[in-house]
Amino acid sequence: MLVMALRMLVGDRAKYLGIVVALAFTSFVMIQQPATFLGILRHTYGFITDIGIGDVWVMDPKAKHLDDVKPMMDSELQRVRGIQGVDWAMPIYKGGIRARLDSGDFVQCQMIGIDETTLIGGPGRMVLGQLADLRQADGIIVDTASAAGRLAVSQGAGKRPMTLGDSIELNDHRAQVVGTAISSSNFQSMPTIYTTYARVKTFLSSERKLLSFVLVGVKDGADPRVVADSISRSTGLAAYATEGFIDRSLKHFLGNTGMILNFAMSAGLGFLIGAFIAGQTFYNFTNDNLRHFGVMKAMGAGSGMLVRMILTQALYLGLAGFGLGAGAGAAMGFNLARVDPHLVFRMPWQLIAVGGAAALSVVIVAALLAIRKVVRLEPAQVFKA
Amino acid sequence: MSDPMVSCQGLTKTYGKGETAVPALRGVDFQAQAGEVVMLVGPSGCGKTTLLSVLAGVLDGDGGVVRVLGYDLCALSGAEKTRLRRHGIGFVFQSFNLVPTLSVMENVAVPLLIGGERRGRALERARAALEPVGLADKAKALPGQLSGGQQQRVAIARAIVHAPPLIVCDEPTSALDHRTGEQVVALLRDLARQRNCCLLVVTHDSRIFPFADRVAEMDDGRVVAIRQNTGT
Repeated sequence: MLVMALRMLVGDRAKYLGIVVALAFTSFVMIQQPATFLGILRHTYGFITDIGIGDVWVMDPKAKHLDDVKPMMDSELQRVRGIQGVDWAMPIYKGGIRARLDSGDFVQCQMIGIDETTLIGGPGRMVLGQLADLRQADGIIVDTASAAGRLAVSQGAGKRPMTLGDSIELNDHRAQVVGTAISSSNFQSMPTIYTTYARVKTFLSSERKLLSFVLVGVKDGADPRVVADSISRSTGLAAYATEGFIDRSLKHFLGNTGMILNFAMSAGLGFLIGAFIAGQTFYNFTNDNLRHFGVMKAMGAGSGMLVRMILTQALYLGLAGFGLGAGAGAAMGFNLARVDPHLVFRMPWQLIAVGGAAALSVVIVAALLAIRKVVRLEPAQVFKA
Repeated sequence: MSDPMVSCQGLTKTYGKGETAVPALRGVDFQAQAGEVVMLVGPSGCGKTTLLSVLAGVLDGDGGVVRVLGYDLCALSGAEKTRLRRHGIGFVFQSFNLVPTLSVMENVAVPLLIGGERRGRALERARAALEPVGLADKAKALPGQLSGGQQQRVAIARAIVHAPPLIVCDEPTSALDHRTGEQVVALLRDLARQRNCCLLVVTHDSRIFPFADRVAEMDDGRVVAIRQNTGT
């Protein structure tokens, strides 16, 4: 009878497609909006995860998050290196700089300065050149997406991606591209330029304080949180284990921007509209078939059998609608992200689970409402014309 | 004479309570044998559909004794009555009540599937049941593609597919023209006789009375006369 239930459902083409499309819409919105939101959130801590090394981040106590840089004196680096439990500590500069392109245009960029000797803090995935090339005179590495986008070089009537050997001006200093790398987009979607910490001092010679962060590796067996506490107590600086720093940056953006509310409203509205249409249509579908369920009841079908039939229909609709919606959402998100690397799209399994549960909950609730009527249905009613 | 397949004594049924109570059956005495075609006739509101509903086990009577296929319906639980209907009774309705999105063969297979038959076997038996009603070639058609007479023949195939000893029909000809109605009732009667089924038909269509072995006339909730037909 369960196959018959599905045949009854699919046979009513208009209602079937209406419910599936509405559920697909619900799932699409429930997946696409949060996935985009999570992608944007990644911008707030992508720099930390890109580095992929280091256990503790040390910064000025006034700094609230990754992009809220309060420069420190270079001497702080030596103080941190002297703390118990610290295996190594490297300087990182993170700040804005205006780049002048060969076309004469200016582009605001994010510059990252890393330790020249160890190159800790450099991009993890090089596309052209090698990270060690950063030690060459005037050497910089630019992110691939910007090299092909905002930093693209004029060539005839068009443009070509910036590549090895190209140069730009940074604060009236020549900088030569020695590599391109994949790096996470920052929150402002600015091009990212990597160079050495020593060279940052050349590019920004007027600045007295340049040390944005001290990246610390702890000794084997040491707890990063304990070492971070120790650094804070001894130096008066703020120090967070890497995960804690990610959380702190995330919480700042969630708490100080309206992003979460806006995305939640979009997803919520999409869910409500889709849920109403799908739920109402499925309820109507069951109501339209009430007479047939009554006939089956008269013929000896128990209420349990009819309930299983309706739940099978609901489950099938939920899976079909969710599959279509989630598939379309993922396809759109990942394709857009491929075209424009700044559009990050993240779809963890938890998001898929929540989207699936939302789609199923719509049809299950509609099914339960309909089931009440079917269970109460008197088989004698089938003899009424 | 063997035990009656269907019998009731002093059967009563009242709809509603108190001042709004409407007595539908006021002590009905009735019985029908295997292989017998009995028509319940009478004016609208006389209680014939209520009587059929009680005898078919889809409605509970209030008082009296009702025995169907050897079971005392008053002593059966809801689940036991459901099982009795599943295996023992075939239904034919006034408005056919075929599921429009299922094929003819699938509609006929429904009672078998309800009874737990596997789908493949049920469809085989359903196709076989369409032979005697002359619709084997329409097995894959949808009900909407058939005429009214053909749809009622599909309903008849559905009523006999699981070989029930009792078939109940509610106004089986009211949605059909006279000629088609006669053909449908003749088919029903022949199939019932071949299978030694008891066939109970509620109707107000006097033109099909001659197809019955007996005609039970009802009025005001009682069987007031039973007429024996000869030569049918």
